[in-house]
Amino acid sequence: MIDLNTIWFILIAILIAGYAILDGFDLGVGILHLFTKDESEKKINLNAIGPVWDGNEVWLITAGGALFAAFPIVYATVFSSFYIALMLLLTALIFRAVSFEFRGKVDSITFKKVWDYAFGLGSLFAALLLSVAYGNILKGIPIDENKIFHGSFFSLLNPYAIVIGLTGVVLFIMHGAIYMTLKTEETQLQRMTKWATSCWMAFIILYLVATFLTFFYSGFLFENITENPLFWILFLLLLLSIVYIPLGLKSQQYFKSFIASSLIIFSAFSLSALSLYPRLVPSSINLNYSLNAYNASSSQYTLKTMLIIAIIGMPVVIAYTIFIYRIFKGKVVITKDSY
Amino acid sequence: MDPVLLARIQFALTVGFHFIFPPLSIGLAWLLVIIEAIGWKRNDETYVMLGNFFGKILGLIFAMGVATGIVMEFQFGTNWAEYSKFVGDVFGAPLAAEGIFAFFLESTFLGLYIFGRNKVSKGVHWFSILMVAIGATISAFWILVANSWQQTPAGYVIKNGRAELIDFWAAVFNPSTLPRFFHTFLASLISGAFLMIGISAYLILNNKETDAAKKSLKLALIFGFIVSVLQLFPSGHEHGQQVARTQPEKFAAIQGLYTSKSKAPIAIFAIPFDNPPELKVPIEIPGLLSWLAFGDINAKIKGINEFPDDEIPPLFLTFVSYHNMVLLGIYFILITALGTYYLWKKKLWNKTRLLKIYVWSIPLPVIACELGWIAAEVGRQPWIVYKLLKTSDAASITVSSGEILFSIILFGIIYLFLFSLFLYVLIKKMKHGPEPLNSQEALI
Repeated sequence: MIDLNTIWFILIAILIAGYAILDGFDLGVGILHLFTKDESEKKINLNAIGPVWDGNEVWLITAGGALFAAFPIVYATVFSSFYIALMLLLTALIFRAVSFEFRGKVDSITFKKVWDYAFGLGSLFAALLLSVAYGNILKGIPIDENKIFHGSFFSLLNPYAIVIGLTGVVLFIMHGAIYMTLKTEETQLQRMTKWATSCWMAFIILYLVATFLTFFYSGFLFENITENPLFWILFLLLLLSIVYIPLGLKSQQYFKSFIASSLIIFSAFSLSALSLYPRLVPSSINLNYSLNAYNASSSQYTLKTMLIIAIIGMPVVIAYTIFIYRIFKGKVVITKDSY
Repeated sequence: MDPVLLARIQFALTVGFHFIFPPLSIGLAWLLVIIEAIGWKRNDETYVMLGNFFGKILGLIFAMGVATGIVMEFQFGTNWAEYSKFVGDVFGAPLAAEGIFAFFLESTFLGLYIFGRNKVSKGVHWFSILMVAIGATISAFWILVANSWQQTPAGYVIKNGRAELIDFWAAVFNPSTLPRFFHTFLASLISGAFLMIGISAYLILNNKETDAAKKSLKLALIFGFIVSVLQLFPSGHEHGQQVARTQPEKFAAIQGLYTSKSKAPIAIFAIPFDNPPELKVPIEIPGLLSWLAFGDINAKIKGINEFPDDEIPPLFLTFVSYHNMVLLGIYFILITALGTYYLWKKKLWNKTRLLKIYVWSIPLPVIACELGWIAAEVGRQPWIVYKLLKTSDAASITVSSGEILFSIILFGIIYLFLFSLFLYVLIKKMKHGPEPLNSQEALI
């Protein structure tokens, strides 16, 4: 029987994966925005994600709240340890969030340009910092037996975390470009297909490099994992989704390609979460000091109460999220309500 | 520099700035629920135009709220790690509930409301603003649950060196949750009403779409009058009584009652001093405080002198912020009553001076909100969780003063920049006024 601690480990992982899939394409579109020259294409970028990005970002906020509630020790330790990195992440997210509102409000080319950069760089840094942070979790962070962090902002910028960071960024750009194939036509559509394909290749290379490096940096992630049947299911899912992307794009099955790239994010993230389990934050000083789903969790009563909240709330959230996405499906048409 | 002090400054800066926006968006969202309902049911183009106009303003305010709110989510962990470890078992649940029950709702439907006017039926479009208003209100509820638990903790035991939840509903409906929620909710409605009153007054003064602006002014004015009265009584009164019962030190501090008294007076005006605790040049009404707090003019109220020196809040700040909040509250009643009276006498549209006062009154409810928040939070000091954990023991130990200073400067600059830009865009929208429906098509 699965215990409450494991259920919450899974639920937090689902919230983070949900965030990565949904805000992932938002961030990707934001990064691609940096490479968009044409004003009407820029408008299409903004309006492709305008109605949904806000709801997507709530996945991050809810993941944070759920982490606080279910694993307060992890929440407190990680967030205070990653202090400067998080402040920079928040700065990126703030500028990105307001850029939608501000960009269209003043008729000045310079003003628009500034907010184009805020949107693009905000997305790039958010994607990079989040992925680098995750790389550090996979590698383990220097916490001692008293959960005291012994690193610095610069120790977080290690080669392994940077490779994971780049892998994340490339994955999000690919995901964003595939999302945009659903929203664009003609030349912009072709360009998005090209972006998606190049990022797909870069992702494969980086993912292999990252896996190779993982053997050296955090070999513990490979302990026993291959004995778990779930590992093979996820691995197969990852492989099939990766293989499908170029085929789907070529045969113009954009929606299926988008599902495939969502599945890549889901399965790649789940594989890493599975190899971490039951640890949430491995200690790079001594694995025994790691924070796991048991020594860093809330009480059983809180976990149970929270589970009831999640069981009541999440299906409703998913239902109306799907409802809204269906309303806004299809190619972007610029109207008077547009940004 | 003392890292705890810096962490407090950082927290005050980020929360204080964030708190400008949620009350405005909650209040404005509910007014839009009414406006959009009239526009839909009567098929009245004027109201649809107003919905469009104030809807865009809501979008701007909402974006500012979201952008600054995401900082809140993280900083319990970044700045207050010891606090987070101590209360996580209890405190995290309302934050997660906010995300699941409220934040998803408002954010998801805001997109539909702003972008969906011509994509969905009028009924669904109205439903989307209703969901935004409900979501924003539930969001406020859960945040106030969390904050109220810090004021009057309930439903927990201290175990393994931390507060552990044993009764969810007792924690949610702790003694101060409901009075504080209603008080903040009404404050939000007042904030939204004054925003709409002020902007409408501006449009009338400048002859922009005056027919529409008269309708929104009328609606917001009557609405604003009703909620301002309700804010004083029963809401403010109830909340005051609750503080008197559950947090006597805070009550003594905000009221300036520095020595215990029966027939305790209300200080209408005074200049408070911290050390020694003393009110200079007080103007007081004897017995009124005892009567308001306990329904008996002879009731004895504990003064600051009865509490240990290291458990009393800063006196000057709590007294001054509380009294100015009350003063503003009375102003809101008077100024909306006056307008409603002229409206009834059909003289309002010529009262240029009053309309100008309305324009300048736009920020006052937000200032009252901030003052109320300062009185509530500073009045709880030195506790971060009342009687359980001191603020000085709650800060992160691994975060250095330099790091916090960095974030204060960083956010200080960002907020200053964003706020100027926000005002610029808001004023620009206000000056531009609503777009008549037939000319909107030309904008594409």
